[in-house]
Amino acid sequence: MDWLFRFPQLDPEVLLAIKRYVDGSLRAFTRAYGAAIESSFFPLQRILTFFENVATGAPWPIVIIVLATIAWLCARSRAVVLSVIGVLIAIGLFGLWQEAMKTISLVFAATIFAIAIGIPLGIILNRFRRVGAVMQAILDIMQTMPPFVYLIPVVMLLGIGRVPGFIAVVIYAIPPIIRLTDLGIRLVDKEVLEAADAYGCSRQQKLWKVQLPLALPTIMAGINQTIMMALSMVVIASMIGVQGLGLNVLQAIANQYFTQGIFNGFAIVGIAIIFDRISQAYGRRMQKHRGSADE
Amino acid sequence: MAGACRNIGVPLMNSSGAKIEIRDLYKIFGPTPDRYVEAVRNGMSKSELAAKHNRILGLNDINIEMPAGKIQVVMGLSGSGKSTLIRHINRLIEPTSGSIIVDGQNVLDMKELELREFRRNKTAMVFQRFGLLPHRTVMDNVIFGLEIRSVERSKARDVAMRWIDRVGLRGFEQRYPHELSGGMQQRVGLARALSNDASILLMDEAYSALDPLIRTDMQTMLLELQTELKKTIVFITHDLDEALRLGDRIVILRDGSIVQQGDSQDILLRPADNYIRRFVKDVNRARFLKVEAVMSPLSSSEPKSLVRITLGTTLEAAAKNLANSDRDTFLVAGYDGRPLGEISLRQITAALSASDE
Repeated sequence: MDWLFRFPQLDPEVLLAIKRYVDGSLRAFTRAYGAAIESSFFPLQRILTFFENVATGAPWPIVIIVLATIAWLCARSRAVVLSVIGVLIAIGLFGLWQEAMKTISLVFAATIFAIAIGIPLGIILNRFRRVGAVMQAILDIMQTMPPFVYLIPVVMLLGIGRVPGFIAVVIYAIPPIIRLTDLGIRLVDKEVLEAADAYGCSRQQKLWKVQLPLALPTIMAGINQTIMMALSMVVIASMIGVQGLGLNVLQAIANQYFTQGIFNGFAIVGIAIIFDRISQAYGRRMQKHRGSADE
Repeated sequence: MAGACRNIGVPLMNSSGAKIEIRDLYKIFGPTPDRYVEAVRNGMSKSELAAKHNRILGLNDINIEMPAGKIQVVMGLSGSGKSTLIRHINRLIEPTSGSIIVDGQNVLDMKELELREFRRNKTAMVFQRFGLLPHRTVMDNVIFGLEIRSVERSKARDVAMRWIDRVGLRGFEQRYPHELSGGMQQRVGLARALSNDASILLMDEAYSALDPLIRTDMQTMLLELQTELKKTIVFITHDLDEALRLGDRIVILRDGSIVQQGDSQDILLRPADNYIRRFVKDVNRARFLKVEAVMSPLSSSEPKSLVRITLGTTLEAAAKNLANSDRDTFLVAGYDGRPLGEISLRQITAALSASDE
């Protein structure tokens, strides 16, 4: 009866061989192409550094004014603008300005990148059923796989620093924007689509003139979620060398500095609130005017 | 309007109606429909097909000749296949077999590009729930069809403005659809369709979602427009009153098959079966029956002084005139004034009560 209580696992030697083989070939791959891949990410590195330098190097009143203006343009609401200013001042007073700017610049860059890739992928997911099924599976894996696991190969290939951190954040944060782009297109009223067909729209015309504009509120909800997920990734990303508020939290965990953890944690919450209020208010405003006022 | 239509030789301005011939049209919903056409041709019924093969018979042996420049009404209850039928004319739905000839061209043979050009230039459609783009203003909705054909924007706006004005929406150009009432939204839908200046206007239960009074207004507007436009209008409805009021010709569908074709007088006076008789029973016949349908031949001894009424007068109007005059018989005269027959109050009463058997 022994076999009932011990799962019949693969032969340990086979398992060892598999592990050796996969690890060995990844290592060989890294050795052969690592440098090339790393240098191909150099432009990205430059962009990220640029964003960070702008955010941390600019005089703080200007940063506040710029963010408040963006908030006003997107939300047209005094409450949102005031909360943005309030949160930024509080972060500065608690001595976290530099770290917060690093975090904001990373999240901002990651979000732009996720939107630029995610919306086209969402359109593909919507249009091609076969490819879509494969993509759905990949998205499921991306959303449930613990981030630490895919951090390993990223670190092996690219080492430690901004770029691997950025890639990890994008991988973690991109699924909502893809999914909600697809959903938004699927939710477009059938009769409106029929009207588009009846008037002889080509596929391109239908996409640009009907489907995307009508899906925009849903896509905005996806962007909002993507931002939130990117923010929640900054602590994990700090483990592979991303600076900012996340790194402070990591230090606080390691050294049991409760107050430092709380301050930085609330700073992250504050930034999340800023981004959330701005993007939600923008989405709502768009829905009210049905998108056309902003085009 | 742009030369975009050059390649298939469509007239550019004020294209009046094109004839539509539907021949042997069948539509079976569900996978591998081709296998079942033969069985349906040999008389398998809708319920039999559903029970035996789990396929839905959408259209069964449809043959209609829709005359150019007239209003063809297709009437039926829900599930009768009327919406399926209208979607075959611009091929929003693919048929299982049959042909649809518009101006000598079979719509069902068209390649994708040809079909797109056909839809852009020859047909325009009005939808039950309007099918407007909620993110665009009234103006931008009305120019939609022209924009798709890449008509120059300023020209498109001129055309659109004319039709917005014509359907009574002047001053609302910059509003959004959700700010308008249902009736006004459908005016936008109509203006969009008319801006396209297509020879065929497809109206899918266009007025069914509207309040009765507004519906009557919209019917009146359509009839007025049609006197000058002379488009081929295919109008779908489930409302017999609407069908009788608008239709130059009427087709009644049931379970995907044609039950009766004819003009309003045929349907009212000679219903093909009990199904139609039941429909017709509740209609105000006086409003739709015309004097020529019930008049008797001229009696030779007829005095010249009789009051004349013209062809096309409804029994309602004739009865009212008769009741207000001191005669019991009127002369029915043609449009040229020549007497064609005579009609008495008794004949009118007899015709009106005929339905109550």
